[in-house]
Amino acid sequence: MASSSSGSLPRYIAVRLLLVIPLIWVLLSVVFLLLRVAPGDPVSAAGGDRLDADTLAQRREAAGLDRSLFAQYLSYLGDVAKFDFGSTFRTQTPVLEIVRDFGGATLTLTLGAFLIALLIGLPLGRLAGRFRDTPLDVGIRLYGVVSYAAPLFWVGILLVVLVNKLDPTWPTNGIADPFILATSDTYTKTHIFLLDTLIAGDTDAFTDVLKHHLLPCLTLGILLSGVIVRLVRINVIQALKGDYVEAARARGIPEGRVVRKHAFRNALVPVITVIGLQVALTMSGAVLTESTFGWPGIGTQLLKYIGERDYIAVQGIVTFFAVIVVLTSVVVDVVNAVVDPRVRY
Amino acid sequence: MSFDLVEGGGPARTASGPVIEADDLRVWYAGPTGPVKAVDGVTFSLRPGEILGLVGESGCGKSTLGRGLLGLLPDGAARDGALRFRGDDMLTLRRKEQYQLRGSQLGMIFQEPLTRLNPLMRISDHFSETLKTHEKGLSKREIEERSLEALRVMGIPPTRFKAYPHEFSGGMRQRLMIALALVLRPAFVVADEPTTALDVLVEAQIIRILHDLRETYETSLLLITHNLGIVAEACDRVAVMYAGKIVEIGPAREVFANPQHSYTRELLRSTISLSTTGLNFIDGAPPDLSDPPSGCHFHPRCPDAMAVCATRDPVDRELPAGTRVACWASDLRHGTVTLSESERAPLQKEEIALADEA
Repeated sequence: MASSSSGSLPRYIAVRLLLVIPLIWVLLSVVFLLLRVAPGDPVSAAGGDRLDADTLAQRREAAGLDRSLFAQYLSYLGDVAKFDFGSTFRTQTPVLEIVRDFGGATLTLTLGAFLIALLIGLPLGRLAGRFRDTPLDVGIRLYGVVSYAAPLFWVGILLVVLVNKLDPTWPTNGIADPFILATSDTYTKTHIFLLDTLIAGDTDAFTDVLKHHLLPCLTLGILLSGVIVRLVRINVIQALKGDYVEAARARGIPEGRVVRKHAFRNALVPVITVIGLQVALTMSGAVLTESTFGWPGIGTQLLKYIGERDYIAVQGIVTFFAVIVVLTSVVVDVVNAVVDPRVRY
Repeated sequence: MSFDLVEGGGPARTASGPVIEADDLRVWYAGPTGPVKAVDGVTFSLRPGEILGLVGESGCGKSTLGRGLLGLLPDGAARDGALRFRGDDMLTLRRKEQYQLRGSQLGMIFQEPLTRLNPLMRISDHFSETLKTHEKGLSKREIEERSLEALRVMGIPPTRFKAYPHEFSGGMRQRLMIALALVLRPAFVVADEPTTALDVLVEAQIIRILHDLRETYETSLLLITHNLGIVAEACDRVAVMYAGKIVEIGPAREVFANPQHSYTRELLRSTISLSTTGLNFIDGAPPDLSDPPSGCHFHPRCPDAMAVCATRDPVDRELPAGTRVACWASDLRHGTVTLSESERAPLQKEEIALADEA
């Protein structure tokens, strides 16, 4: 009886991980179908009008596009099972290689942004919720609205201007100094630049890359923090009205602890879920941030291949994004289960 | 108060004074149309080990009074009058001192046990948090011993100590709440409709537990309830509240046998038993507490209302049987007041006039 709660957490995590498999399968199917429903195909998009019908048919056959949709679907799934996401049409670069070379930069960008957003959003939201309708609350709410409503590139440019005023030598573009980038081939252990320089023990390169991270992460983080501030605030207010909060006060638990242990922890449950959903927003935000800061991330690659109408590349990169979202949802659910003992299968 | 209102109800403890004393206590809070006088001049006292039942319709200020005694007030609420705990005035205490008193000396048991425990905290954490807050320097072992003892008294097996609230039934959760309220042995406990959300068998069990508290811990209890049967069964005295005021207070037996206030009488007539053939109810609803009727607040609904009831506030009077009542009709019956012919005339009510038109 008593062990039913503690014993089921590992079980919950195991079941949740197993569920990833059907989830990914559905996801792959949707991505596959979406791109087949779209008019045109990669061959005509790549070859354009310059090729005659026979050559086009030949190329389609070579790419396997003349087969039935179902056969294409099966071979696509088969390839994916072998971690083969196809190659770009023009350059024949494997999609996985693109994801590997550019995904790392996007990953560190989004993680950094999330970290900043949480560091700003959680304490501010809690303060605003606890001191509701005071000038402090009004100020924080204003920040929440403005930071969420402000266009990302505008905030980015403002930050660049500001940083330029304060410290003209601070990097505002790219992920690393060009000289360090020139030797980037030596940093290929994880293909995550920040990690590789750290593992290589190259402190100068590491701090340089870290410095380059600040502005893009801050820009994206501020956008995200607005959502989190408002979300935490409203949930803390809601939780403070909770029956268990009044009961805790009736037991004489000091107000600080009531807010921290009772209201805030319970407020986090819905917040965690929504933060997970924000990952999708962050991904699209990353595309914008990357183009603002010349960030060599996967978002810029996606833009490039959409422009070139390279369906295979787009399909592969979108799959990568989707997989990240699925994995985040697993992480979110596990965190939720750790926080809330009622979340069990 | 020098006057002893109890006749042999609780255990005789003449040496010790009252645990809690409210004298003209008021709890008002801000409403959309001016102050809501939820508790408006309430006077009573409780001796150690005594159980006072507080009855009345919903919206009469019972819960506000219960919470007000502990200082658990909604935003924008204020207390006035006098409220003494073992002789010390509680209204002048600083916030921190109020928090210290709460839990350790003043306990509260709530209506909805299902939502009163933090769903993210183990039962053991609830106990250790409460104990650590009030008794600094307790060792882990002492905390566990004290908690398990409180659980044992409530009939909850020690194997469930580490469980989460959602793993318990409603009745068990209410027993957990009681254990949590009593682990610090408070001298005074407010139980706000502790059995309303529970089934009948569990209700009987909880009432028995509360009733036995005075033997185990000498706890004084204010038992807020809708259920007059519970009052008859468990309480030494009963206070009847209407529109923010205590209209009648006295030994439970006496009040039930000889209700003096018209409201008490109507309330008792509304109870249902096996011999009930028709439902009795009191016309209308309790008044808006931000704008209560003049005179006796009950006069618009009172079957015995006289002209005087609508114009002059009734005065608290103590009767030989130990009851204190504020009712003109009662005064007239006991000859404690002389009223003129016009004051005694039955009150013409607006509702009746409206009914005639229709």
